[in-house]
Amino acid sequence: MEYLIWTGWTLLYTLVIIVGVLIAVAYYTYAERKVMGGMQRRQGPITVGPFGLLQPLADGLKLFSKETIIPSGANRVVFLLAPMMLFALSLIAWAVIPFDKGWVLANINVGILYLFAVSSMTVYGVIMAGWASNSRYAFLGGLRSASQMVSYEVSMGLIIVCVLLCTGSLNLMEIVEAPRPVWMQVLLFPMFIVFLISILAETNRAPFDLPEGESEITGGFMVEYSAMAFALFFLGEYSAMILMSAMTTILFLGGWLPPFGMAFLAFVPGIIWFAAKTLLVMFFFLWARATLPRFRYDQLMRLGWKVFLPLTLAWVILTAGILMSFDALPNMPAEAAVSQDALTQIEADTSDAAGLSETSGIEDIND
Amino acid sequence: MIIQALAFYLFAGILVVSALMVISARNPVHSVLFLILGFFNSAGLFILLGAEFVAMIMVIVYVGAVAVLFLFVVMMLDISFADLRKGAMQYVPVGLAIGAVLLTELVMAYGVWAFAPDALANRGAPLIRFEGATNAESLGQVLYTDYVLAFQLAGLILFVAMVGAIVLTLRTRPGVRRQNVGEQHARKREDVLEIRKVTPGTGV
Repeated sequence: MEYLIWTGWTLLYTLVIIVGVLIAVAYYTYAERKVMGGMQRRQGPITVGPFGLLQPLADGLKLFSKETIIPSGANRVVFLLAPMMLFALSLIAWAVIPFDKGWVLANINVGILYLFAVSSMTVYGVIMAGWASNSRYAFLGGLRSASQMVSYEVSMGLIIVCVLLCTGSLNLMEIVEAPRPVWMQVLLFPMFIVFLISILAETNRAPFDLPEGESEITGGFMVEYSAMAFALFFLGEYSAMILMSAMTTILFLGGWLPPFGMAFLAFVPGIIWFAAKTLLVMFFFLWARATLPRFRYDQLMRLGWKVFLPLTLAWVILTAGILMSFDALPNMPAEAAVSQDALTQIEADTSDAAGLSETSGIEDIND
Repeated sequence: MIIQALAFYLFAGILVVSALMVISARNPVHSVLFLILGFFNSAGLFILLGAEFVAMIMVIVYVGAVAVLFLFVVMMLDISFADLRKGAMQYVPVGLAIGAVLLTELVMAYGVWAFAPDALANRGAPLIRFEGATNAESLGQVLYTDYVLAFQLAGLILFVAMVGAIVLTLRTRPGVRRQNVGEQHARKREDVLEIRKVTPGTGV
């Protein structure tokens, strides 16, 4: 019975998250067109519904009613699997995102690694689509995307290591709640900038949207897709953008906490702060797209490998060094959890049993 | 408990099937995709064991990086694997012979395997001191504190291997025009641009 209730709640929560994400994606596309319209002195969508608010629904309906075309030379299974996989991956990552204190579907110990793993797997959707389409443009787009995402993941991982050094936990809730003095925020600020640029590359967005690159390779990996398969790619891409914004909020902007630790703002519900901060980063995506021209491919690779990788690697060492020298490393629960009694008990056990204590390294800790 | 057992059989079953498909799929790209499915399911098995850190690292490293490179290479290969497979049957006797030798050796090794009585009693004992600690903390304690030298040595060996691979494959091609950002930025207006007054009819 308890199992059933638990399962029911989990399913309900999952449904709420999925529906929420899908609505957010729909209105993110609307926001993109409005914001870019504003930046380019146009109006954006205005005809469908009041202020064009029903435009995303109309777009969805249009894509739904179109014909799905599978190229004759395509590998059918992989061709159809790719958009589904991309879409599914962009949804499952939301399971570990804490929207407010305690508002999380799965509060796992390795939340940040889970997010990183899911975001590193999205490359398969793209590369499978590129290969299965059996088209040169699509294949080029898939290869570009693969190398781009693998390159930028490395520096993203190192940036995450910087944050983890300061917070001392892989759990997303603990990352948000770990105390951050001003000097730590100053220390992490350059990494925040690099992270913002890296998430643009990781989600294949302008100015790093070379996998799509309309002007060079017509539409990249999506060139052969139509109707719902195309819509799934679209949903996956925007969902990944919102996810990356949420990840930035959690890692750098303090999640659901009020900004700059202002206690008098604490009466506002945490989810509002979380949404506001996420929207800020989401706006950055649109701003960058409307402002910057597309990178050249070799420049993109140079930025990833020759600028970001050394910079973030050096910053990991700098962060570790500063934390070490100011004795500011977050306390290590592993050692705190070990009581002296338990240690002596093990010591006795192991030295009884065939003198294993020399090899097990337990003595080092007792010293 | 029953859910865990079901999950185990699901992951293990898919793992075995996908491992079989890796070696029997006709298309090499399908092989790599099944390999990825296999990695993914073994990560699921790690989670069932309570080793969530290892599971995530498995997905990040093997699925997210290693297999991407595999897929990358296999997709770019222009080899007809059907042609390669034509003559494969003639090697079957050799393969069977090697397999038989390996199997005999394994049987001989494990047939006489016996645990020392103390070792059995001691199994898992060093883990007690990590009670209450997360995966990452206990692994970090073991790798970076207890066995830091061995771990660093392994890292150095990998590093040397990487440098070796790069040195072996690096070729410098003369005559390739490359962009040098520093040079471009160092260019001054006076070096490349000259403004002259030209009177009509005389030329420069």
